[in-house]
Amino acid sequence: MRDLRRLAAGRGFTALQALALGLLLAFLALPVLALFTQAPLGDVPHLLGTQQVRQALAVTARTNALANALFLGLGTPAAYLLATRRFRGRALVLTLIELPLVLPPAVAGIALLAAFGAGGLLGDQLARGGIVLPFSQWAVVLAILFVAGPFYVRSAVAGFEAVDPVLTDAARTLGASRARTFARIALPLAASGLGAGWVLAFARGVGEFGATIIFAGSVRGQTQTLTLAIYEILDTSFDVALAIGVLLVLLSGGILLSFKLLSAWRTSTSTSPARFGTSSSIST
Amino acid sequence: MALVGPSGAGKTTVLRAIAGLQRPDRGRIALGEEVWFDADAGIDRAPDERSTGFVFQEYALFPHMTVRANVAFGGAQRASELLERFGIAKLADARPGALSGGERQRVALARALARDPAVLLLDEPLSALDANTRRDVRDALRTLLDELELPTVVVTHDFRDAAALADRIGVIVDGRLRQLGTVADLVERPADAFVVGFTGANLLTGTATALPGGGSRIVLDGGVVVHADAVADGRVGVAVSPWEIELLPPGSVDARNTVPGVVGTITPDGERANVRVGTLVAEVPAATVARLGLRPGSEVLAAFSPAQARLVALSPPDAPAS
Repeated sequence: MRDLRRLAAGRGFTALQALALGLLLAFLALPVLALFTQAPLGDVPHLLGTQQVRQALAVTARTNALANALFLGLGTPAAYLLATRRFRGRALVLTLIELPLVLPPAVAGIALLAAFGAGGLLGDQLARGGIVLPFSQWAVVLAILFVAGPFYVRSAVAGFEAVDPVLTDAARTLGASRARTFARIALPLAASGLGAGWVLAFARGVGEFGATIIFAGSVRGQTQTLTLAIYEILDTSFDVALAIGVLLVLLSGGILLSFKLLSAWRTSTSTSPARFGTSSSIST
Repeated sequence: MALVGPSGAGKTTVLRAIAGLQRPDRGRIALGEEVWFDADAGIDRAPDERSTGFVFQEYALFPHMTVRANVAFGGAQRASELLERFGIAKLADARPGALSGGERQRVALARALARDPAVLLLDEPLSALDANTRRDVRDALRTLLDELELPTVVVTHDFRDAAALADRIGVIVDGRLRQLGTVADLVERPADAFVVGFTGANLLTGTATALPGGGSRIVLDGGVVVHADAVADGRVGVAVSPWEIELLPPGSVDARNTVPGVVGTITPDGERANVRVGTLVAEVPAATVARLGLRPGSEVLAAFSPAQARLVALSPPDAPAS
């Protein structure tokens, strides 16, 4: 009898877990599903053809390309330094880099204004030099860099830390300079971690809203990105807003999927899967 | 030469310091006239500016590169020649993960030699191999080292590997070199109890009294009295090699030292057998085991001559041998 009761209790718990998962899945999938059922799918290409959407698309592409280039270019060597050197204050630096991750985007926008806006910490000096950042396209770039960059750097640090230091040591004893060791050994071995971080940061950057609207405003053709356009169009044309939504879901989903396929392929052809993609936030 | 010692003794640290991967606090590292490190003169060459061939313990092959790319990383010119020489040419396009332990070791050696190093550094070259391939690889490695005629430092925790691979052996314990000498030096004139433990010899402890006519009389801790040719007074260790012990039926009268004991385990090893007698290990012909009808639990006498009883200092009061 007791065994049966225990079995029943075990089954009951499993059922409870399954129920929780089911509810969660339904809640997460429903809005995405709704987006596709409510949007006039046949009209989507036409709806996306309006000037405002095309401008927003161009602004989004340009600013994200710049911001991505900046955090890849600056973040990769910085992450390698943080992953391979132990120095006083390293934990503090890591915490500072992670701070934007937990900061509300609106606070990030205000903080950027306080730093670079008129009367801000550096704003007046910059203005005297002829550089006015707020409400310019560079403000969008900086907002994305501030909010999304840390996702990449954090994941890149973990990616480089997962590279066995004995492999980079081996490269040095084989006559490779620090730079060559980085390029030939550390970079390819950390590639999955870097890729995972980049996917997260890219998605976060394309979705940036709060910091951008405060620091850069929502000027059509200048600083209005796709997400800002959704917000502005919402009242006048729900269908166009939905169409942009469909576009962004396809974009983000496509990138996530291609990244997962790529890492699965890498893992299957690589000889030591344990070295790849450990501690990245996207399971590979 | 080889460096042997227990794990954590600092053997690998020595190799890493030579290669420039770790910075010593003081001292000097030089290859002939070429100074690689000198704490006083402030010289510290980068690892890529020191001509070393380092074979790491787990081989540290680059997992994302083919065998050929691994070897060519050290030097592209010699890659093909080395792949041929080590019999791994047919594996050139394989990834390290697809190789056996012995194959990986050959790739690691080929890669280390591709740079044409002035010194070869081998960190536990045999520890990643299973027992079957170990002996074959050890013999092949010895032949290779003889051919290369390169100054080589081998690090191992196994005295037999060290004896097979090197002409000179240094025993390191707790970061200190206890003894440096040939294999024969270490076996016949061990510096202390640690060295005795590493050579695989038995160590008995007791209290010695110097005899007027030369030699010593030692009362072992179990109460048995033995004699040694060497002269000593006070606490000593008595080292006896397993192959120098003869086993006799109980009650035998023998002019040599005899230590009675009860047979523990008997491990046959081809023509010979390792017999544990009390705390001693004796390596005797398998025929002896049969002739004496030895079984675990049998009583037996272990005999060895006073010349074979080598007296060593017991490093810090009664420290265990290993």
